[in-house]
Amino acid sequence: MSKIIEGLLYSESHEWVKVEDGIAVIGVSDYAQAEMGDITYVDLPSEGDEVQAGEEFGALESVKASSELYSPVSGTVVEVNSELEAAPEKVNEDAYAAWIIKVRMSDEAELDALMDAAAYSAIAK
Amino acid sequence: MGSFAYFPHTEEDIRVMLERIGVKSLDDLYSDVPEEFIFKGEYELPVARSEEEVRAWFKALADKNTELKVFAGAGAYDHYTPSVIPYITSRSEFLTAYTPYQCEISQGTLRYIFEWQTMICSLTGLDVANASMYDGPTAAAEAMRMCVACTRKRNTVVASSGLLPNVLATLRTYARYSGINLVETWEVQEAVAEGTLDLAGVIVPSINKYGIIESHLGLADLVHEMGGLLVEYCDPSALAVVKSPAEWGADIAVGDGQSLGIPLCYGGPYVGFMACREQWMRKLPGRIVGQTADAEGHRAFVLTLQAREQHIRREKATSNICSNESLMALWCTVYLSLMGPEGMRKVNELCYAGSHYLHDQLLATGKFSDPFEGREFLKEFALQPLCDVKKLQQALLDAGFFGALETEEGFVTFCVTERRTRDEIDSLVKVVKEAAL
Repeated sequence: MSKIIEGLLYSESHEWVKVEDGIAVIGVSDYAQAEMGDITYVDLPSEGDEVQAGEEFGALESVKASSELYSPVSGTVVEVNSELEAAPEKVNEDAYAAWIIKVRMSDEAELDALMDAAAYSAIAK
Repeated sequence: MGSFAYFPHTEEDIRVMLERIGVKSLDDLYSDVPEEFIFKGEYELPVARSEEEVRAWFKALADKNTELKVFAGAGAYDHYTPSVIPYITSRSEFLTAYTPYQCEISQGTLRYIFEWQTMICSLTGLDVANASMYDGPTAAAEAMRMCVACTRKRNTVVASSGLLPNVLATLRTYARYSGINLVETWEVQEAVAEGTLDLAGVIVPSINKYGIIESHLGLADLVHEMGGLLVEYCDPSALAVVKSPAEWGADIAVGDGQSLGIPLCYGGPYVGFMACREQWMRKLPGRIVGQTADAEGHRAFVLTLQAREQHIRREKATSNICSNESLMALWCTVYLSLMGPEGMRKVNELCYAGSHYLHDQLLATGKFSDPFEGREFLKEFALQPLCDVKKLQQALLDAGFFGALETEEGFVTFCVTERRTRDEIDSLVKVVKEAAL
């Protein structure tokens, strides 16, 4: 059973979002990291890149798969977790601590389309 | 099952298969082809011949070839092939093996590819090389696409007009069908410095189509400042003595491996090489062999970083290449291991001495001028003919020489490899001197 944290928002493509003062902190769920297996590389965007809700912003590579990362919200990337470049295994260790990007949102209404923990637990199993 | 006999289908096999699928005859399989497109006449095939007759027929064809002394280059160089190479590469383990699908079982194949990659890294000075490409021009085209993949939303690649014509032609084809904006110019630094392009990359030759060793001083910094990648197209044989792509600050190096002992062979097969800095390795197309340890701790080889490849992420991969020119890569690997750094240096010294001697002797005939006076060259050079080029080429052909290739700008190029003797050079000069041009 994968870990799902209350208070976060989740996308159907298994990203989580934590909202902090108009900034969306984005990572992948514990379910996603478990499905991927040992993660060997996180392909990060650059700070300043524009992202669109539902569109790809990077990728995860694991020993058995490669999977695109989709942004749950639109906006500008204000920070990327460059620690993951050298230590991608942090995503496996704690998917909720290993955030991937922070996005300054251009439309907070997009958050309404995401799931809460209860709704997400129905699909992440 | 379990037998691998190479028998064709028997009449009985065919009858059973047709019966199973409910078709009366082989011709019925073509019943969807409209009547008017079906060929009804007799095939004009010659009668069967014996092995002896076929050999004689091909020998007669082969005898029509004239063996010329090669004084031409233009991307394909008449270097010496040490005789041990074909013996090693024609071993059945190498020659008959197709690309291994259960890759890691073929440790021998992976091992030599690893050696090839290591040698390409030594020559280019870069961090990572792939298992090889089809040839130099397609490797350059893959590098162009890689520039766009590495810089994401940027789409313009500047290519030097000093690249070989076949390289530029291939770049144009790939650019057209990948939607890349390809800009060809002699003024590369100026075009990049203007800063008006959504620059993904710049492709320059290490040695240009006139044989001149180019200086790329400051170019890498400029290209990087404008957000692009620098690609250098190189002659790997010459890399033993000229400044390497890494020393010029290039991100990617590509070129044709032919100059590493592959005979001219009327144009192929040759092999491309491709290397890059570690920063970009996840966008490097093709296969990469890596070194690891097996369960017992022994040195072993694996295909690595496969998430880059099109069989995993077809639409995201930099390239759809999923094979390599393995046997020719092996050829070059054996060549380099035989030559070593000293041998490679010696080859280049002989080329340099011969080409400079020919250059001076040709100028002394008064039938040429030097449009690039003072520019450094290694084995190939261009002259401005002060005579009729067609007559010059014919006079050389009649005397058994292949040289004086005409460029689009009206220069003629000559090339001297270590295979050309002083006598051969002197005879060529004598022909030029004495011919009524």
